[in-house]
Amino acid sequence: MSEYGTDRVKRGMAEMQKGGVIMDVVNAEQARIAEAAGATAVMALERVPSDIRRDGGVARMADPRITEEVMKAVSIPVMAKARIGHIVEARVLEAMGVDYIDESEVLTPADEEFHLLKNQYTVPFVCGCRNLGEAARRIGEGASMLRTKGEPGTGNIVEAVRHLRQVNAEVRKVVTMSEDELMTEARNLGASYEFLKEVKRLGRLPVVNFAAGGVATPADAALMMELGADGVFVGSGIFKSENPERFARAIVEATTHYQGYKLIAELSKDLGIAMKGIEISRIAAGERMQERGW
Amino acid sequence: MKRVGVLALQGAVREHIHSIEACGAKAISVKWPKDLEELDALVLPGGESTTMRRLIDRSGLIEPLREFAKSGRPMFGTCAGLILLAREVAGHGAPHLGVMDVMVERNSFGRQIDSFEAELSITGLEAPFNAVFIRAPHIVGVGPETQVLCEHDGKIVMAKSGQFLGCSFHPELTYDHRITSYFLDMIPSRTGTLLPNGMLYSKV
Repeated sequence: MSEYGTDRVKRGMAEMQKGGVIMDVVNAEQARIAEAAGATAVMALERVPSDIRRDGGVARMADPRITEEVMKAVSIPVMAKARIGHIVEARVLEAMGVDYIDESEVLTPADEEFHLLKNQYTVPFVCGCRNLGEAARRIGEGASMLRTKGEPGTGNIVEAVRHLRQVNAEVRKVVTMSEDELMTEARNLGASYEFLKEVKRLGRLPVVNFAAGGVATPADAALMMELGADGVFVGSGIFKSENPERFARAIVEATTHYQGYKLIAELSKDLGIAMKGIEISRIAAGERMQERGW
Repeated sequence: MKRVGVLALQGAVREHIHSIEACGAKAISVKWPKDLEELDALVLPGGESTTMRRLIDRSGLIEPLREFAKSGRPMFGTCAGLILLAREVAGHGAPHLGVMDVMVERNSFGRQIDSFEAELSITGLEAPFNAVFIRAPHIVGVGPETQVLCEHDGKIVMAKSGQFLGCSFHPELTYDHRITSYFLDMIPSRTGTLLPNGMLYSKV
């Protein structure tokens, strides 16, 4: 008897990604570059976040043709994004056989109140979070992997750092709390009591948590690992840089050897120009992707 | 105490370290060739084999790992680790380490939605083992000296060949440490020798 789509199988898939870099790609050629550079997975999409930000309008699931092309091009896992709450986009991606779905705030939400009930699917999901409450709610709905939201498409690491520190500080607080304090903390965070008990017992989140939203250089990737991320997502940072192949390789290596400072210095030499970043305060409040979802 | 390395470039490193320590051995993370010194055995964990191979090359580990294999010390590969050990990878040109006498096929159960858990009966273990398969490879061919330890749905998913142990699934994802313990038993015992080993002797 084989059992499919169990928590162990879905969460386990994310465990295998640990210490790795997941790269956004928009076609087969980019996917091959990412795989050759050592990406542990690719995220197939129509436009990278910085282009979505620039173009405006409604951002949706990618054309299935693009996703299919990427799936054919590489042997590493392929992830794809569905809009928050868009049941059909998620089911379509599952039917196509993508390996992981990102219910992502980078796309325009389809539902401003309800996220997907992810435990109804065989395919595993990754979701964004800014704090332990969001993490708890997404896991409660069935997310098998988390990533901090950061601020996608900015090439500015500051929000990713803020969110990872926030999640980790709240985890540490729960771990040191006495059990009779957890119910009040659960109410304050908007998390379930059972979830907090599990975090306290494990001493960490029950699923893998990657960093995302603003990684643009090898040092940025290493910084997120230093702060306790299990791995990193790089969106626009690679294919919006001057030399994607070299950036991709350097970011992969810096993620593995995140405390190898001399090595990171070597890796960062003559890489060319990183993606042009955006200062967060210059983004209008309504255009911050991290505010999407709750 | 037995000293067991875990290749720590990417993947389920933490879980293997936990399992080794739960079995009473000392676990050591291996990222560079110097980390292989003074190990009694080495685990190659699950993860992405293509990523691990890139990182092995960039850390200058490929030849030191082959040397490690030549020294006769036990090596255990799970999933991606099995692919790294295999003599041949179906559909690929050169193997990675190419030291274990098996031929493997990658992603041979399908994509992530085809990943599964199953109860396996494994030669040498009394009770069934709950195994997690994730985009798993399987062993399509074995050499004459290779012992098949488990098959699932007609596919070989675990084998032992001399000093090498390999499986398609992830024993590190469960809290069942019997396979780690089986691997640790492959390390030649020091107490069984007539003379004290080098390390002990030098302290006398």
